[in-house]
Amino acid sequence: MPSFSQLNLEELLNRASSGNLRAMGKVLSLLENPYEIPKNLLESLAKRSGNSQVIGITGIPGSGKSTLISRLITSLRRNGHKVAIVAIDPSSPISKGALLGDRLRMQEHATDPGVFIRSVSSKGLKGGLSLAALTMIEAFDAFGYDKIIIETVGVGQSEVDIMKAAHTIIVVTMPGAGDDIQALKAGVMEIGDIYVLNKEDKEESRKTYEYLLFALEKGDIGLSDSSWRPRLLKTSAIMGKGIDDLAISINDHYDHIKKTGRFFEKVISRRTLMMKLLAEQLLIENVEKIYDGMQDKLNAVARNADKIFIASIEIAKRVCSEIDNLDVN
Amino acid sequence: MLSPQYTKEKQYKVLVAKLGIDGHDRGAKVIARALRDFGFDVIYTGIRQTPEQIISAALQEDVDVIGISILSGSHIYHMKKLMEGLRSLGADDIPVVIGGTIPIIDVEELRRIGIREVFLPGESLRRIADVVRELAKEKREKESYRG
Repeated sequence: MPSFSQLNLEELLNRASSGNLRAMGKVLSLLENPYEIPKNLLESLAKRSGNSQVIGITGIPGSGKSTLISRLITSLRRNGHKVAIVAIDPSSPISKGALLGDRLRMQEHATDPGVFIRSVSSKGLKGGLSLAALTMIEAFDAFGYDKIIIETVGVGQSEVDIMKAAHTIIVVTMPGAGDDIQALKAGVMEIGDIYVLNKEDKEESRKTYEYLLFALEKGDIGLSDSSWRPRLLKTSAIMGKGIDDLAISINDHYDHIKKTGRFFEKVISRRTLMMKLLAEQLLIENVEKIYDGMQDKLNAVARNADKIFIASIEIAKRVCSEIDNLDVN
Repeated sequence: MLSPQYTKEKQYKVLVAKLGIDGHDRGAKVIARALRDFGFDVIYTGIRQTPEQIISAALQEDVDVIGISILSGSHIYHMKKLMEGLRSLGADDIPVVIGGTIPIIDVEELRRIGIREVFLPGESLRRIADVVRELAKEKREKESYRG
C-alpha cells in the first residue's frame, strides 16, 4: 500500500469515504487546526453531509458520561447505526498537554468498523475547541456515520456553543451532585432535551431524582423547542441498566425534530456558527501573530505608560491589513 | 492553508497502551502523566489491549507515536503481531516505542522488527519525552498534509 503521507487531498478523501480508518483519521487532523484546513475541504465534506443526528452529551466530571456512551454505542450498533464519537477533554493551561482518557472506557468498540472514536484536547484556545468539534461533525456526517456523539465536560461557553450544534442534547448527572437549588441554577437544566440520572444504583439517587423532577417542572417558559418536553431518565451505565430506554428517547427526539423541520434548521445553524467561529479564529490567530512581532514596541509603550490605547488600535489595524492580504480565491 | 507564515509550536499526539494479558498499569500511567506534563496530547487506552485494538485507536486518533508498556514478558511475540498489523495497513511509518521489564538481550531483536526505541527499567522520564518528541517531529516532517 502506498504511503499515506504522499497522497493529495482528493485521494485522501476518496479513501476516507470508502471507510479507510487511516484516511479518516488524517482528514480529522486536517480539520483540527482551523487555518491549516486545506481549501475546499469543508465544502466537499458539507456537500455530502446533513443527514446524521448529532447528539451532544455533557455533564459534570465523573458522572459516567464515557461509560454511558460506551453502553449507548452497543445499543445503537444493535439497531444498525454507524456511530462516531468526538470526545473532548481539557488541556493543561501550563504545559499545553492533555491526558485524553474518555477513549479508555470505549475501547471495547475499537475494532468495530461501524464505530469511530476521536479524542480532542481543548488546547486552551478560545473557540478553537468548539470549532474542531463542528468541523469534525461535517466530516463524520459526510463519511456516513448517522449518529454522531459529542462528549464534553461541564457547561462553559464553548460547551454551550457545541451544544448549539447538536440536534439532541443530553445532560448527565449523578446522585449527590447537588440539592434542588443546584438543579435550579441557570444554565444546566435549561439546555437538555434528555436528562440522565446516571449511577442510579447509588445511594441518594431517589432524592436527586426528586430534585431533578422539581427543577424540570417549569412549563414551557424559555424552552427553545416548546413542542418537546424534556425527559428525565435513570440509568446505571456500569450495570448496563436503562440504556435501551435512553436509545429509544434519542430516536423519539430524532423523529420529533424530523417532523417539525428543526432537524435541517440545526444543520444550517451549526454551519453558520462554524463560519462565525472560523472568522473569530482567524482574528485571534492574527492578533497573536502581530502581537508576537510587536513585542519590543509594546514593551516600550508599557514602560513609558504612554499611548497604550493607541497601541492596541495599531495591533487591530495591522491584523486587518494582514487579513486584507489573504488570498481567498 | 490560509496562514502558512505563522507557525505555532507543534502539538504532538501519543498513544500509550498496555499490550496483551497484562494488567500492571502503574508504569504506563506514570508515563502517560509525564508525557502530558511535557506538553503532549496523550491517548491512554488502558490495560489488556490486543494489537488490533491498539492499531485501530492509533489510526482513528492519527497519533504521531505509539508507546507500548509490557511487563508480562511476552514482548517479542506481541510486538511482532503489532508491527505486522501496522505494516499490512501501510501504517508502519508511525514510530513505535516500548518500555517495561525487558531483558537487555531482547533489545536487538525488538530493534530488528522495527521498534524505534526500547526503554529499560530506570529510564528517565525526560529522556523518554525527548525521544518521543524527536520521533514525532520526524514523522510529521515526512507528511505533506499536516502542518
